[in-house]
Amino acid sequence: MILNRSGRFDLGLLVRAPGSERWCGRPNPAALLLLLALLTGGRPLALAESLTMVSWGGSYARACEKAYYEPFTSQTGIEVRLEDYNGGLAQIRAQVETGNVYWDVVDMEMADAVRACDEGLLEPIHPGDLAPGPDGTPAEQDFFSGSLTECGVGTLFYSTIYAYNLEKFPEAKPSTIGDFFDLEKFPGRRGMRRTPHVNLEFALMADGVPVERVYAMLDTQEGLDRAFRKLDSIKDHIVWWEAGAQPPQMLADGEVAMTTAYNGRIFNAQVLENQPFAIVWDGQVLDMGQLVIVSGSPNLEAARKFLSFATTVRSMVAVGRYISYSPARQSGTALISTHLETGVNMKPHMPTTPENVTRGLHDDWEWWSDHIDEMNLRFIAWLLR
Amino acid sequence: MRSAALVLPLAAFIAVTFVAPLVVMLGRSVHDPLVADALPETLGLLRSWDGERIPPESVFEAMAGELLKARQEKSLGRIATRVNRVQAGLRSALLRSVRKLRGAPRPDSWREAMIAIDPKWGQTRTWHAIRRAGERFTLRHYLHALDLDQAPGGGIVRQPPDLRIYLPLLSRTLGVSLGITLLCLLLGYPIAYLIANAPPNRANLLLLLVLVPFWTSLLVRTTSWIVLLQTQGVINDLLAAVGLIGDDQRISMIYNMTGTVVAMTHVLLPFMVLPLYSVMRTIPPLYMSAAASLGASFLQAFRRVYWPQTLPGVAAGSLLVFILAIGYYITPALVGGQSGQLISNMVAYHMQQSLNWGLAAALGGVLLGGVFCLYLVFNRLVGVDRMRLG
Repeated sequence: MILNRSGRFDLGLLVRAPGSERWCGRPNPAALLLLLALLTGGRPLALAESLTMVSWGGSYARACEKAYYEPFTSQTGIEVRLEDYNGGLAQIRAQVETGNVYWDVVDMEMADAVRACDEGLLEPIHPGDLAPGPDGTPAEQDFFSGSLTECGVGTLFYSTIYAYNLEKFPEAKPSTIGDFFDLEKFPGRRGMRRTPHVNLEFALMADGVPVERVYAMLDTQEGLDRAFRKLDSIKDHIVWWEAGAQPPQMLADGEVAMTTAYNGRIFNAQVLENQPFAIVWDGQVLDMGQLVIVSGSPNLEAARKFLSFATTVRSMVAVGRYISYSPARQSGTALISTHLETGVNMKPHMPTTPENVTRGLHDDWEWWSDHIDEMNLRFIAWLLR
Repeated sequence: MRSAALVLPLAAFIAVTFVAPLVVMLGRSVHDPLVADALPETLGLLRSWDGERIPPESVFEAMAGELLKARQEKSLGRIATRVNRVQAGLRSALLRSVRKLRGAPRPDSWREAMIAIDPKWGQTRTWHAIRRAGERFTLRHYLHALDLDQAPGGGIVRQPPDLRIYLPLLSRTLGVSLGITLLCLLLGYPIAYLIANAPPNRANLLLLLVLVPFWTSLLVRTTSWIVLLQTQGVINDLLAAVGLIGDDQRISMIYNMTGTVVAMTHVLLPFMVLPLYSVMRTIPPLYMSAAASLGASFLQAFRRVYWPQTLPGVAAGSLLVFILAIGYYITPALVGGQSGQLISNMVAYHMQQSLNWGLAAALGGVLLGGVFCLYLVFNRLVGVDRMRLG
C-alpha cells in the first residue's frame, strides 16, 4: 500500500512539477519530506520491500498484526500487506499453476498445509532458520512433536468448540457435545461451518463414540452413516458459516442459539465486547495453525525472514496476549500470561489447558488429507437431500 | 467467394474463443495422461497381471522406482491426488511409502517392504485402482457425472446412495428451469400484450421499463433481491411492522430455492418479453375485433385467433429462457444458499475447489448433450423454423 501510494505520489510530483505554481512558490511539504527521506539514508527504499501475508481475518488477523506483523515491519522495514481467506488450496493452486504467484506467506490448517506441500505448492522450510528456544534448546526440539513439517512451521494451537448465548439458556446450560445436538432440551438454531471437517467428528462424539475411536469409526461405512445420521437430526436447524468472524456475530445477532466456532473468536467477543457467550470445551477439536511459504513466492528472502520472526517464542506468546491461542513451542507454555487489553488471565481460556482437554480430540490431518475430497462430495450430497 | 472472406474474421474469432475452448474442455473429460506418463513401466507390467492375486515382485520394483522418480520431479503429489480420486485413501499410502522408501537402503524385496509400510499394497483393490487411474483415455468422469462407477472387476454399478449427487441435481436443474420458463411466460405474456397494444408513447415507456432492468448489471439486480428478501430485509420488515407476522416468525425467502426462482425469473423475464412483443406487434388488433364480430367470446377469440399467432414468439422466448436458465451460475451461487444450488454450481465447485477439471468437463458435456437432445425434441414438436426471435 505504502509503496503504491508513495510510488504514485512520486510520479505525480515529477509530472506535475514543471507547470505547477506550487513547485515554484511553496513546495508541497509532503513532497519535500519524501525528497528528504530519499536523500538521507533511504528509509523509504527499505519500505519498498514488502510481502503479502494471507490469514483468516477478523480478530485473529488483528492479534497477529499487533503481535508480530507490526514488530516485524518496525524491526526490518519490510512492509507486511495483509489479505484474508477462508482456507482451502484453490487460490494457491491457481497461483502456482499459472505462474502468477502474489501470495508469499499463508496461515494454514494443518491438513491443507500437508496436502499443499505434497503437491509441490509450497517452499520447503529450512529448520536451521528457526530461532532456538529462550534457554537455547534447538528449535527442532522446542517445537511440539509434529508441528514442524516439510513445508510448514506450527505457530499455535486453536480449537473448534461450540459456544452459546447465555441469555438464550437462563436455566439449564449446555455442557456436553451431546447437548449441541439435543434440540429438545436446548431448542434454537445451530451455527456450523460449511464443511464436513470437524462436524463429522462432533457428530460422532455427540453420538457417544469415545474420542480415541472417532477416526477409526469414520474409516468405516457404518461410522460415516452414523455421523451423517446424527447431523440429520439437527439439519433443518443449522445455519452455515464460512468465515471465522461470522459465528460470534451470529450469536450476538440472535440468529443462532449456539454455534461451533474457533475458541479465540468467542474469547475476544467475551472480553472485548462483553458478549454473554459461554464456551463448551467438551468435545473440542484441537488443531494447529501452520505458516507456509508459497512456492515461487516473489519475495522469498523477506518471507523466510518473516517466517523465522513469526515462529519465535516471543511472537507466539505475544499472539496469546491478544487472542486465546497457545504456542506451538514447549518453551511457550510457561510464558502464557494475561490478555494485554483487559488483564484477563489467559490460562483458563487456552485450548491446551489441561481442564479444557479432558474430552478433546486431536484433529487427524492425515486422515483428512486423504479423505477431504470424498467427504466434501458426501457432504454436498447430504446437503442436497 | 468474397462474401466468405468477409465472415472470415468472425469465423476465426468464434473458432478461437468458442470452439477451441469447448473442444479442449471436452477433451479433458476423456483424456488424462498424467498417471500414464509417470508410471509407464508399472502400468505396462500390470497389463499382464491376472487381477486375482497380489502382483509379482517386478511390479512392486517398477512402481517404487517410478514413484521415487516422480518425487524427484515434484509430480508425486499430483499423481497421488489422481489415484486418490479413484480410491480414497491411496494418497497417503503412496506418499507415506515414498517418504519411507526414500531414506531406506535398497530392500531385498520391494514387495515385502512396501506391504510392511502400508498393508494397502497387499490388496488387489489398490492395484486395480492404479491400473484405472493410469488409463490414458477414460470414460470414468462421465460415469461419475451420471452417478455411476466402474466395479473393480469391470462392469458398471450405481454409486452408493450417499454419493449420488449429479443426477438429482440435474433433474432439479431441469425442473427449476422449466418452472422459471413457465413463470416467465405467465408474467411476460400480459406485459408483452400490453406493450404491443398500447398507444405509441405509453408503449415506449413500458418497453423502457422492461429494458432498463435488462441493461442493469446482473450483480446489482441480484443484490437488490437480497436487500428485499432477507430475513432482516425490506419485505420482512414491512410484514412485521404491519403485524402480519411476528418478529420471530420472519419468512426465509432467500438463500433457498425461493430466492433462486424469484431472482432468476426476474433476471430472465426480458428474454421472454422481447420475442413475444416482436411477434405480437405484427398481429393486427382487427383480427380480435373480427372474431368478436363473428360472435366469439373474448376467451374463444383469444384461444382460437390470438394465441396460435403468438406461438412462434412463445416458442422462441421459452427456448431462450430455458437454455439460459439451465446453465445459470451466478444467481444461484449468490442467493441459492444450500437448497437453491444448480448443476452449474457443481461445475464451478470442481473447477475452483476440488480442481477435478476432468469431472467438471464431463458435467459440462452431460449438460451440453442434454440441452442438445431437448433442442431436437423441441424441433420435432414445434419446429425451429417457425420460431421468431425478434
